[in-house]
Amino acid sequence: MLRYIIRRTLWSVAMLVLCSAVVFAIFYILPTADPAKLRAGRAADPEKIETIRKSLGLDDPKYQQFLRYIGGVFTPYKNEAKGVDGPLDFGTSIFQNNKPVREIILDRLPATVFLVTGAVVIWLAIAIPVGIISAVKRRSLLDRTTMITSLAFISAPVFWLGLVALYLFANDVGKLNDVPPFGIDLAIFPGIGSYNDAETFGSRAESLILPWLVLAAATAAIYARYLRSQLIDVMSEDYIRTARAKGLSEQRVIWRHGVRSAITPIITLLGLDIGVLLAGNAILTESVFNIPGIGKETVTAIGDSDLPLIQGIVLFGAFFIVIFNLIVDILYAYLDPRVRYQ
Amino acid sequence: MSLLEVEDLKVHFETDDGVVKAVDGASFAVEEGQTLGIVGESGCGKSVANMTILGLTRAPNAHISGRIGFEGRDLNQLDAEQLRRVRGNEIAMIFQDPLTSLHPFHKVGDQVLEAIHTHRDVSKQAARRRAVELLGLVGIPDPERRMKEYPHEFSGGMRQRAMIAMALVNDPKILIADEPTTALDVTIQAQILALIERLQEQLGMAVILITHDLGVIAEVADHVNVMYAGRMVETGTLDQIFYDPQHPYTWGLLGSLARPDRPRVARLSQITGQPPSLLAPPQGCHFRPRCPHAFGKCTQAPGLEVRGGEGGHADRCWLSPEQKRTLRVVDGGIGLEVPAA
Repeated sequence: MLRYIIRRTLWSVAMLVLCSAVVFAIFYILPTADPAKLRAGRAADPEKIETIRKSLGLDDPKYQQFLRYIGGVFTPYKNEAKGVDGPLDFGTSIFQNNKPVREIILDRLPATVFLVTGAVVIWLAIAIPVGIISAVKRRSLLDRTTMITSLAFISAPVFWLGLVALYLFANDVGKLNDVPPFGIDLAIFPGIGSYNDAETFGSRAESLILPWLVLAAATAAIYARYLRSQLIDVMSEDYIRTARAKGLSEQRVIWRHGVRSAITPIITLLGLDIGVLLAGNAILTESVFNIPGIGKETVTAIGDSDLPLIQGIVLFGAFFIVIFNLIVDILYAYLDPRVRYQ
Repeated sequence: MSLLEVEDLKVHFETDDGVVKAVDGASFAVEEGQTLGIVGESGCGKSVANMTILGLTRAPNAHISGRIGFEGRDLNQLDAEQLRRVRGNEIAMIFQDPLTSLHPFHKVGDQVLEAIHTHRDVSKQAARRRAVELLGLVGIPDPERRMKEYPHEFSGGMRQRAMIAMALVNDPKILIADEPTTALDVTIQAQILALIERLQEQLGMAVILITHDLGVIAEVADHVNVMYAGRMVETGTLDQIFYDPQHPYTWGLLGSLARPDRPRVARLSQITGQPPSLLAPPQGCHFRPRCPHAFGKCTQAPGLEVRGGEGGHADRCWLSPEQKRTLRVVDGGIGLEVPAA
């Protein structure tokens, strides 16, 4: 097991270096992305570009630049003359007064992490029971209802779902503020931009209720359907028959033998989804609800053509994806003993 | 009275294509300490019949009728919870493929322990001792250590031994072995069969051995039931079935067997045609369409009665005992073909 973990970790590190190399190539070597020209601004004279090129060390051989770049990103390597300040130095933003990209990302990260964590809890809390019950009570009314509902949520685009949620339930514009016959007010959830005004943990959480639900909806539906089909497959396995032949209670057969197998691929899916969402894929939810997260920052950075910032976000996202891949691999080996020996 | 008596068991499944009559009136009995062999080709209903004994075929689309008498109870009438207490406790079952039959994520020892704790209120230490004892009894070397291993770390033969240990851990009165050697190498097959025989003698339990392999039957069975398309077509002792077979289907099975103790024929004979669809089995005798000796009366189903045999040797064939004796002999051995004129 230890050997397996070490091997996977080394692979992940290699993967990260490879990612950095690709990002480096895109942002430093391809002619469209000459960092010196970008910094010099529009219609700058060649001399100014050259000065910037020198000051950033962009006239050094490419391999030196690459080493400096990796050193800045991965190690505590510091070089004041060339403006390198590792670790996690992705350079400085062009449009935000040379603010280090690292600072911008770390500023925006908490909102995204909070958003994603809450959504994950909600979608698992919905998907796992729904998936299991639908599989066990297959073809029942409950199964059919939940499966059709989930199809609707999968088909609904997040931005549309977000806007509909605001239109109905937001405490400022929500239309369900006087539901007949008792005049119940359902439009009680904080609306757009409320996260920015929230000061305490509690009020932030409150402002994220609608975004959590919107972000979780489609994924909960996908997970429920996936778990259902997994569990239906597993329940026809020979070892389920053995478990029943042993005289185990149906509860135990379903949980200890069925769900135990069916949940394992869900773990893989979950790890990858969390990685991707933290990497900025919550972009639509963050935009609709105006939450200052990584995704929202990506939109701004692309709009501004702020290449160092985009590059930082891309690489940072790659970190998350690689790290969660690693976590998934290790967790999977723990859950499925057959994997450890391959 | 027999230990287990199955009478007129019918297991019908409703499917989109119609009603599948997987078992259509099967009757058989198992005596204490005896090995009953049930032989038949794939899809003849032998597994379904035996899984039904333990209620493993119960489903919303399954219609099960008949009596399954066991120790004064009708297992077919028990509710799910009562039947659960019988499973793995009084009647245990092992299956064909020991790799897929063991849970890949749980340690072998834990799977055996689970079987104990389900039916016995014993301490962890006592259960552990029992599990180790049984794993040792079925011939797994170093059982203490093997308890902590996963099924994929076992060889095929060892897995089936572990399955057997798991089945026997609660001292069942009957062990149902559904094709226990089919997925194993030939050399391992012999070991597993010898093991089942040894355990049966040691523990005094009855065994129902389901197989398509007459060689396996010849080795371990005391009593044999031949099953075809959902029905028992012949039942008798091992010697009666092998030396005085009454049903043409049994002749076909015996004729297709390579036997070193018989003169060598140019080629092994086969039963032509396919087993009938269980959705719409032929009227009367189910074997009629494939039987070269079928005649007018065969459109009515013959009952399982003692006809040409002796003792309890019963069959479902309308041919007269004299006809049977002449027709079954082909080239000096037993076979199904019409003898050359």
